[in-house]
Amino acid sequence: MVETVLETVGLTKRFGGVVASDNINFTLKARELRCLIGPNGAGKSTFFKCVTGLHAPTEGQVFMRGQETTRWHPHEIASLGVGIKTQVPNVMDGLTVFENIWMAGRRFAPSREAAEKAHDVIDRLALGAIAKTELGHLAHGDRQRVELGLVAVADPWLVLLDEPAAGMTAEDVERMSQIIHELTRTAAVVIVEHDMQFIRSIASTVTVFHQGAVLMEDHVDKVMSDPVVRNIYLGRKAS
Amino acid sequence: MSLSWGKNDILAVVIALFLIWFMPSVIGTYTLTVLIIYGMLGLSLGLIWGFGGILCFGQAAFFGLGAYTYAIAAINIGESTFPMFLAVIVPALFAALLGAMMFYGRLTDVYLGVITLVVTLIFFKFVNSTAGPQYVIGEARIGGFNGIPGFQTLNIPGQPDEYIWGDALYYVCAVSLLLVYFFVTWLLRTSFGRIAVGIRENETRVSLMGYDVRARKTILFSIGAAIAGLAGGFFANWGEIVTPGLFSLGQSAEIIIWCIVGGLGTRFGPIIGAAGLAYLKFLLGQQSFIDNTLITGIILVLFVLFLPKGIVPAAVSLWKASFGKRASRKNTHRRQARNMAQREGRPNG
Repeated sequence: MVETVLETVGLTKRFGGVVASDNINFTLKARELRCLIGPNGAGKSTFFKCVTGLHAPTEGQVFMRGQETTRWHPHEIASLGVGIKTQVPNVMDGLTVFENIWMAGRRFAPSREAAEKAHDVIDRLALGAIAKTELGHLAHGDRQRVELGLVAVADPWLVLLDEPAAGMTAEDVERMSQIIHELTRTAAVVIVEHDMQFIRSIASTVTVFHQGAVLMEDHVDKVMSDPVVRNIYLGRKAS
Repeated sequence: MSLSWGKNDILAVVIALFLIWFMPSVIGTYTLTVLIIYGMLGLSLGLIWGFGGILCFGQAAFFGLGAYTYAIAAINIGESTFPMFLAVIVPALFAALLGAMMFYGRLTDVYLGVITLVVTLIFFKFVNSTAGPQYVIGEARIGGFNGIPGFQTLNIPGQPDEYIWGDALYYVCAVSLLLVYFFVTWLLRTSFGRIAVGIRENETRVSLMGYDVRARKTILFSIGAAIAGLAGGFFANWGEIVTPGLFSLGQSAEIIIWCIVGGLGTRFGPIIGAAGLAYLKFLLGQQSFIDNTLITGIILVLFVLFLPKGIVPAAVSLWKASFGKRASRKNTHRRQARNMAQREGRPNG
């Protein structure tokens, strides 16, 4: 049996009277690639934040590789070998691309080894030409790619990405899906995403969120052709 | 960046040694000593604010705590070595405690400023109210607004009768500042220092990388307080008296102004800002035509408006613009060549 790397049991998050995530049971196997979709306010990002420790869930539990991580701090979750990319690009603008990636690698390796790994990732993501540029001077697509580099350099076994393709050009998106496929060779990947084009190009299984709960979970093609999903989320545009 | 010493470091040592030797012929060593002490105090805030992103309004608290610790310990012990050690350790421990409370309580920015400011104020009010004979630590009376005079000043370690004062104190302080400067340089090159800069840039990202930001900020805050405490210990020896004025809000504000004027995010800037402004204050103190603080205020406003990065960063870019042209052009060529090579090595580029 394939190992379960991420599991939530009855995960619920309330903000006052609003139930943002409602009793979510979610399972992810090793090296699985999973997209979370749903209209705005469906609870995808709240679920993401509860799993990554950015929010504390009101009820329910989170398990990673069998270990309970409910209400852990983000740095404790990341220390397990979990790579996280938030919705708003979180990078260190005043530092160079190399320094950014080195720092992520340094957490799990000595300084020199981290530098080697950083160079390696820079080559793999074709960031060589901008390796010595400060992040603040880079275009949005490059910054997103560097942030994926930060995640990749730490050799994670679970990767959680919140809207990695947001605001990117078609060329950037294609490059991004290549990188994500590369990540799935060693890690399970969860992606919260809006961009259907992008989801079609990468996804195998899709979990649909609606009004804080899981509506359905199936292969991308089946989900796309499901009349209920098309009604609530995709509308006429997706046909 | 590597941990080994480079050309620039050797150059810095040579220039520093030259200045230590040369400056006494321009300014008296008594004044120079206090300028150096202020430089060290400026550097302590420059480290935690400029590189760690922790804006502390209460650096004067650690400075004053260092000075008072020295004075009280010196009266009780009678030999200066251990009191100097305590002047570093006590503020560092106090800062570790205060820092842990703030950083583990997830206080940031404004709230951190308010708390550090209030802590300074509490010290100021408390020490001012200790005039009565019941406020005694060992044999030392804290003395309220009169402060503590008449303690054992710096002596050669192990020889309480061999005082280090005058020119000798100047050289001791100058070399100490040089050592602290290189300690800070070394610290910023270690992984700890580089990650501290990462925390300044983006705290959330660094914690998502798996680093415990709270612990790291607490340690850096404590190191800054240790340096401020060392400066305070020297200040007590220079002034031969400690007074509650060390904890004043004016003092705290001045340290922040030193850093802004000298240049945040540099090691040399806060030192030059501190020494420069303190010397200006000293010169202005000899006349009574214009109020001193007014001038300091005007300088701060002018810098914020016209030179917001401070003296040192501005001087560096001026240097690069006028003298560094050839070198930078050479570098640009090299970079272009390298980029070209990389592009050719890439299938889709």
